[in-house]
Amino acid sequence: MSQAQEHIALDAETIRKDFPILNRKVNGKPLIYFDNAATSQTPIQVIDVIVDYYSNYNANIHRGVHALSQEATDAYEQARMKIQKHFNAKHSHEIIYTSGTTHGINLVANGFSSLLKKDDEIIVSALEHHSNIVPWQMLCERTGTTLKVIPMNTNGELILSEYDTLLNANTKLVFVNHISNALGTINPIETIIEKAHAVGAAVLVDGAQSCPHLKPDVQALDVDFYVCSAHKICGPTGVGMLYGKEEWLKKLPPYQGGGEMISEVSFEKTTYADLPHKFEAGTPNVCGGIAFGAALDYMNAIGFEAIAAYENELLEYATAQMLQIEDLKIYGPEASGAKNKTSVISFNVGNIHPYDIGTILDKMGIAVRTGHHCAQPIMDFYKIPGTVRASFMFYNTKEEIDTFIAGLKKAVMMLS
Amino acid sequence: MTIEEIQNEIIDEFSMFDDWEERYQYMIDLGKTLPLIDEAHKTDDNIIKGCQSKVWVHAHMNDDKVEFTADSDAIITKGIIAILIRAFSNQHPKDIIEANTDFIDKIGLKEHLSPTRANGLVSMIKQLKMYAIAYQTQLN
Repeated sequence: MSQAQEHIALDAETIRKDFPILNRKVNGKPLIYFDNAATSQTPIQVIDVIVDYYSNYNANIHRGVHALSQEATDAYEQARMKIQKHFNAKHSHEIIYTSGTTHGINLVANGFSSLLKKDDEIIVSALEHHSNIVPWQMLCERTGTTLKVIPMNTNGELILSEYDTLLNANTKLVFVNHISNALGTINPIETIIEKAHAVGAAVLVDGAQSCPHLKPDVQALDVDFYVCSAHKICGPTGVGMLYGKEEWLKKLPPYQGGGEMISEVSFEKTTYADLPHKFEAGTPNVCGGIAFGAALDYMNAIGFEAIAAYENELLEYATAQMLQIEDLKIYGPEASGAKNKTSVISFNVGNIHPYDIGTILDKMGIAVRTGHHCAQPIMDFYKIPGTVRASFMFYNTKEEIDTFIAGLKKAVMMLS
Repeated sequence: MTIEEIQNEIIDEFSMFDDWEERYQYMIDLGKTLPLIDEAHKTDDNIIKGCQSKVWVHAHMNDDKVEFTADSDAIITKGIIAILIRAFSNQHPKDIIEANTDFIDKIGLKEHLSPTRANGLVSMIKQLKMYAIAYQTQLN
């Protein structure tokens, strides 16, 4: 083992101490948490911020004249700036707090319903999560717009030559995830964005699965909208962010009406507040926003390069062992030298139902996800009811993978 | 045997096992003995959609008693269905309506009846009772 690898491995052991939940037992066995693509665990540094907020400065923000309200407002707006810096947005008002990825997508889809005409076309990819399919179908129903789909190949990669044929002067929007939640495929969003812009279409990238593993630079990507959830990045549930280019956010009408998002209200006419408040009606998830900022601090202190290198090592280690198991099939891009894939392994063993494998693994304290992963079109493509999905984060270890492999072999033996 | 007697018999059988592995292995074996639904009845009308595994149930009346057959695409689900059907099949509709499913808890399989609906079992029990109610109405 090289010195660099040794350093990273040592980090994982130290890092685990930050996560109280990793000490618990499930069904009498030490928890092995491999359901990170669904939600990540929360380090004590973030939990402390949440406890501190409710213990010391819980208040409604922005309009209070008292000390607590000002402290809470400051912390909330500082967190917004941390998010801006993390994603390298040009302005902090281009960062809109949301309740999560789904909220961000719906906000944009709803906004576009007043901008689209009947002959317009929008494009999604075959690799999407239901949350990046259904809002656009609803949008198409409202506006009469046509929805087109970039197909995928058996490796779980988008077929870009087909994408070229779908693009034309009527294309107004393209929606694609940065990384597929079901397969872990990293999509070539740089190319997708460039080609969309060439025909004048805007692009929304769903970053729910990418943000835990890499650090997107929205200006370098030249992406129009980018959405993600804090709970996949060691933050709390119920909060996320929408990045939108200023020019687009100004064009889109507000999504929800209420307090906070107005400038002047009379029964004759209401004028809307400036960005970002125009899209933040009502009392926001103040604590969640502050904790989101703390989660990014935590991840950045470890460093995304170290995270990516270590997780890739886990991916390769697990993949090599899993491929030794008879009849085991991994779906998605080939994992080795995984430039095109993150630390997600979506698989089946022979004809065993994923639900059965997940149930037996749970009895051994091993948490994986089973089912269609809210991506039924992908499962239909492979003609399977679902897969078992093991997904790793930087706090997982090779020892845990060894236990998982042994557990998986046992489950297969029991179920065959 | 009454439903309660059968349930007690099942509880006795499961009490012989020391750990979850033996319990699950037994359940998987029971799944293989499930009175399988006739392919002709394996239709969309008879399907109970859980989030993950599918369950098919068919019922018919035989001498004032309800007979159930079923199937699932997941073997553990099939095992639990086999246990439920053993308790509820060939019983008078009234008894099925009044029966409870606490014995599932007593044999250590409570997690399968949680409201996550991953396996469709909660819906399946409802469906067994719905059939019983329908047949009871016919008898009245």
